[in-house]
Amino acid sequence: MKARTFRRHLRESFKSLGRNGWMTLASISSVTVTLLLVGVFFVIMMNLNSVATSIEEDVEIRVHIDPAANEKDKQTLEQQIAGIAEVKSIDYSPKEEELSSLIASFGEEGEALKLVEQENPLNDVFVLKTKNPTDTIRVAKQIEDFNFVFSVKYGQGTVESLFNFINVSRNVGLVLIIGLLFTAMFLISNTIKITIMARRKEIEIMRLVGATNSFIRWPFFLEGLWLGVFGAIVPISILATAYYYLFDFLQGKLAANHFIKLIEFNPFVYQLSAILLLMGAAIGIWGSLMSVRKFLKV
Amino acid sequence: MIEMKEVYKTYPNGVTAANGINVFIDQGEFVYVVGPSGAGKSTFIKMMYREEKPTKGTITVNNINLSKLKNSKVPLLRRNIGMVFQDFKLLETLTVYENVAFAMEVVEEQPNVIKKRVMETLELVGLKHKARMLPTELSGGEQQRVAIARSIVNSPKVVIADEPTGNLDPETSWGIMKIFEEINLRGTTVVMATHNKDIVNNLTHRVIAIESGKIVRDEQKGGYGYES
Repeated sequence: MKARTFRRHLRESFKSLGRNGWMTLASISSVTVTLLLVGVFFVIMMNLNSVATSIEEDVEIRVHIDPAANEKDKQTLEQQIAGIAEVKSIDYSPKEEELSSLIASFGEEGEALKLVEQENPLNDVFVLKTKNPTDTIRVAKQIEDFNFVFSVKYGQGTVESLFNFINVSRNVGLVLIIGLLFTAMFLISNTIKITIMARRKEIEIMRLVGATNSFIRWPFFLEGLWLGVFGAIVPISILATAYYYLFDFLQGKLAANHFIKLIEFNPFVYQLSAILLLMGAAIGIWGSLMSVRKFLKV
Repeated sequence: MIEMKEVYKTYPNGVTAANGINVFIDQGEFVYVVGPSGAGKSTFIKMMYREEKPTKGTITVNNINLSKLKNSKVPLLRRNIGMVFQDFKLLETLTVYENVAFAMEVVEEQPNVIKKRVMETLELVGLKHKARMLPTELSGGEQQRVAIARSIVNSPKVVIADEPTGNLDPETSWGIMKIFEEINLRGTTVVMATHNKDIVNNLTHRVIAIESGKIVRDEQKGGYGYES
C-alpha cells in the first residue's frame, strides 16, 4: 500500500468518526463502561491474589525435634528433610532461640518466662518452607514419620481452610473476569455492528466503483482501533486516579496489619493501563472487522 | 466488448431470470435494454458487472472471462465499468467533488491528477460550480449528473445504466440523455436499461428487448415496442 493511501485511510477514519457522531459516542461509551467494569474487577482480583500469596508465603512447617536426639541424629533428620523434593529451605532454631522469641512475643509479661531459662522446656526446631505452599500438608505428613521427630506443626486446620478459600476465590474471580470479557466483546461488537450497518451503502458504493476489499477494510480497521483506544482512556484515568488515592488512604489504615497490603502503584497501574488499552483496541478492531466482513462477500 | 453465450440464471428461490441469452455488444455501441418489469433486465445488467453470476454459460466483458474471474479480481473489472443507478447511490455525507473523487481515490490515483480530472468531468456534466455542495442540496437531475460524473471519471470502456431516468421528470431526463450521448460519442459503450418509451423512440439506438429471461427482439435503430 502506498503511503499516500495509508494517509487517506487515516484521514478517512477520523472523518467518519466525526460524521457518525452519535454512533461513535455510543460505541466509545460501551467500550468505556465494560472496560471500567473489567478494570475494577481486575484490580480487586489482583489485590486479593497478592494478599493470598503473601499469606501463603507465611505458612511454614515447624518440626519439633525429640529432646532425646543427639547432634548426629539431628543431622540425619535434617538430611532426610532436605531430601524431600518439595522443600525449599530449612532453618535450624535451637531451643534457646525459640524461648527468647517466645519471651519477646509476650512483651512485658514475657519477663516471667525468663524464670525457666535454666530449664528450657522447649524443643529445638527445624523451620522449613515448601516450594509451593499447597504442598505444606503433604510434606508435614511425610516428616511426621521420620525418627526423632517430636511433633510437626503447620497450623493444622487453619491452613487447610485458608488454602481452600484462596483456591475458590481465585477460580471464581477468573470465571467472572472471563465472563465479563465475553460480555464486553459481545456488547462492543454489537454496537459497532449497528454503526456499520448504518453505513452499508457506503460499502456498497465502494465496491461498485472498484475498491478492493482491503481498501474498504482499512478505514474500518482504523476506526475500530480508535473506538477501542478512546473508549479505554476514560476507564484508565478513572482507575489510575482512584487507585492512587485508595493506596494512599489504605496504606495508613492497614499499616499495622502488615500482611494486608495493596499492590504498589508503580508498575501495577501502568500494567493495568496497558492491558485495558490493548483490550479496548483488540475488541474495537475485532468488532469492526467482523461487521464489515458481512458486507464484503462478493 | 460484451459477449454472452448461452447464459442461464436461476435464483435459489427458483426464479429463472436468464433463459439462454446470446448477445454481442461492440465497443462504442449505444444499447437500450427494454422489457416489462420482472422480465430479467436487471439480472442481464447485473451479470455484466458480476453482481450476479450466471448459473450456466460464459460472459466476457472487456476481454475478461467473468466465469473464471476470482472474487478478489472483481474490483479490477469494476474499474473499467461505469455504473449509474436509478437511485443515484451518492454518499450524502460527501460533497459533489468528494463523491466523484472517491472513485479515483479507490484506484489510488495521484492527488493532482484526481483534482484535474474531477473538475474536468464536473464541467462535462455542467456541475463545476456546485462542486462544494452536498448531494442533498441538489435536484434529482443534478444528483444523477454527479453519479454520471463518478461513473466516467476513471474513463471506463463501458458505462452501464440501470433506469437512469426512472426517478426524473421528462425534461430533466433529456438533459441526462444528452450527457450519455456525449459520453457515447467519445467512444464509450453505453448499455442502458430503461422504461422510458419517449426516449427510446426519439433518440434511436440499438434496442434489445427481454421477456421471460430471453432476448425476443434485437434491432438497430429500434423503437420501444411496448405500450406506455
